[in-house]
Amino acid sequence: MFESLSKRLERTFKNIRGQGKLTEKNMKDALQEIRLALLEADVNYKVVKQFIADVQEKALGQEVLDSIQPGQQIVKIVHDELIQLMGEANAPIKLADPPPTIIMMVGLQGQGKTTTAGKLALRLKKKGHKPLLVGADVYRPAAIRQLEVVAQQAEVENFNLGEQADPVDTCLMSLGEAQMRNCDVIILDTAGRLHVDEQMMDEVRRIHDQVSPTEILFVANAMTGQDAVNSAKQFHDALPLTGVILTQMDGDARGGAAISLTFVTGCPIKFVGTGEKLDALEPFHPRSMADQILGMGDVVSLVEKAQDSLDQDKALKFQEKARKASWDLEDFLDQMQQLKKMGPIGDLMGKIPGMSKMMGKGMAVDETDFSHMEAIIRSMTPKERSHPKIINGSRRRRIADGSGTTVQDVNRLLKDFEQTRKMIKQAMKGKGMKGGKGRMKMPQFPGM
Amino acid sequence: MTEEKKGFFGRLRDRLTKTRTTLVEGVKQVFAGRTRIDDEVFEELEQILIEADMGVETVLAIVEDMRRISQERRLENPEDLFEVLKEELASVMIPGDHTVEWEAHDGPHVTLVAGVNGSGKTTTIAKLAAKLKADNKSVLIGAADTFRAAAVEQLSTWAERIDVPVIKHKEGADPAAVSFDAADAAIARKMDTLIIDTAGRLHTKVNLMEELKKIQRVIGKRIPGAPHEVLLVIDATTGQNGLQQAKIFTEALNVTGIVITKLDGTAKGGVALSIQKQLGIPIKYIGVGEKVEDLQPFDPKQFVAALFGEESSEQ
Repeated sequence: MFESLSKRLERTFKNIRGQGKLTEKNMKDALQEIRLALLEADVNYKVVKQFIADVQEKALGQEVLDSIQPGQQIVKIVHDELIQLMGEANAPIKLADPPPTIIMMVGLQGQGKTTTAGKLALRLKKKGHKPLLVGADVYRPAAIRQLEVVAQQAEVENFNLGEQADPVDTCLMSLGEAQMRNCDVIILDTAGRLHVDEQMMDEVRRIHDQVSPTEILFVANAMTGQDAVNSAKQFHDALPLTGVILTQMDGDARGGAAISLTFVTGCPIKFVGTGEKLDALEPFHPRSMADQILGMGDVVSLVEKAQDSLDQDKALKFQEKARKASWDLEDFLDQMQQLKKMGPIGDLMGKIPGMSKMMGKGMAVDETDFSHMEAIIRSMTPKERSHPKIINGSRRRRIADGSGTTVQDVNRLLKDFEQTRKMIKQAMKGKGMKGGKGRMKMPQFPGM
Repeated sequence: MTEEKKGFFGRLRDRLTKTRTTLVEGVKQVFAGRTRIDDEVFEELEQILIEADMGVETVLAIVEDMRRISQERRLENPEDLFEVLKEELASVMIPGDHTVEWEAHDGPHVTLVAGVNGSGKTTTIAKLAAKLKADNKSVLIGAADTFRAAAVEQLSTWAERIDVPVIKHKEGADPAAVSFDAADAAIARKMDTLIIDTAGRLHTKVNLMEELKKIQRVIGKRIPGAPHEVLLVIDATTGQNGLQQAKIFTEALNVTGIVITKLDGTAKGGVALSIQKQLGIPIKYIGVGEKVEDLQPFDPKQFVAALFGEESSEQ
């Protein structure tokens, strides 16, 4: 759907090459392309306007370097500016000293506040805190119950006064409750509300005034369009927001709302939600976000995530092998098990540059297939695992029988393996993904 | 009846006040104080429409059309463009079938409701069910969102409030099995209508989209011709990703219409226009508030009229 920005710029910049300096005139078309790209990525119109003016000012008069493409030069400026706008990387949750730390989750309906509250609780628990999840959404049916379930899943403390209570009372009472239960972090899950709903905005202000939260996090979904500026501004006017959490980053939205949100609130984006499971909450990286908005990949996050949950040595060995493309079915099996630890494979694949766009097009990732694949590989001899090429027809039949699958399944796995091997080799090379005609031809990737 | 209609129109107009003040008032401001139609007028129009989330491509097409028409008709006064814009929006919105019959010739009429997480599926279903009940139709709801914590309870709470039966399994159950059972029960109980709630899912999760296909298949097996309607629920605050959502959901399901929710905020839901223009999927319902009567069948002519702050011609 979106043509990559660099490709579009390539076109416009053909004219600039060899012209010496970047001028208002020779940048005009390129800036127009950038403008459209940002608008297509859902960055707010007024924000884009301001942004383009800033970029133009920065770029004006710069020498057009011979060594790099002029397109790259301006993309670099745009990229840097985007990062600067989105501010600090990896902004941590501010902790109150002395405790308790009170975190208030606010936002429109359907942004994922309840799920995110649970994710945040789990994350803080893992860091050695004892969080208390407080159900203060008395409006949406079963919202309090949802938070209770989430608290159980995260194995953290949970508190509410039921659906009949005044949410202000619930929040106020939770302070004493936290003290009694020795909880050092209180996470208040408030109801979703429209920023134009005076009564509801008043309620959230009263909660704020009563509990004086340490953090007020605005939860917004990455698919939000132009209106992000209006809702965020009005929430920010009503409450001193301290941070933003961007949810549903596992979709294919370009996420221009990130720019709009930081632009109007001046608050850092502290986390991003990357999946439905409770551990799918990651620190925000402005650099990766800028890549995504401009249509590039997300290498940094991939590496970090891998470091988080992968066995370091194995990861290094994997990288080494992958680079040489000498990895075999044994590694494939190993890798599959490692990947399972990292969470949904789809999440991860989307982070490999150039990959996110191809996901969904014949690249189904079905984790239930994993057990079949494992069974197939386990039915192979060590020699077959290290030299898949020797697996002929009769071996295939034997493997299928041994793993309780069919020859077709075995064929498919071998095909998948071969394609994955090629793909990873290319991904490791980095630039290889760009391919000749802008988009690399992807092998079909059935079954996985 | 007229009373109710007027009530609705008035309410719609009130609810759309925000949309109107920013869209049409914005347009009016562009036209006021200008004496001729120039590039600046079109640029500002472009801004207003893009800020309504209509998307660059759709907006550029609309503005291009307006330029052409304004030349053809030799328009000079910017205010004449107001009418042209209204025609343009109407021409995008009007095509397609915006109605839901809520009637199958033999057996229950089945509606499948899908969408990304948090778009408002469950609330929409509760409102639809309440409306059908008020129209003296029997309604059964199938709770096929077995994934999200307490989703079944959310739906059940609603169902209790409006006194409509629900077919549900345990959390984590196979949603296709729930759907099959719901279809079964709808036949056995001779229900007029069956509405099936599904778990919110991102269109990029291929296995979850496969699950939806399976649900659709299973319903069709039990009740030939079903589902008769497949409604895709889209939050009005959604940006251009809404187009991608509609595209991929349509590839998986026979989507018959769009429901735009949360139009009572400041978001204009313009992506629905892009969806209709580029994919030809009509808008069937709009949600302009939390009350049951705030979910309304989408009448494009009335909507445009309300958007432009005019009385409906039907009144």
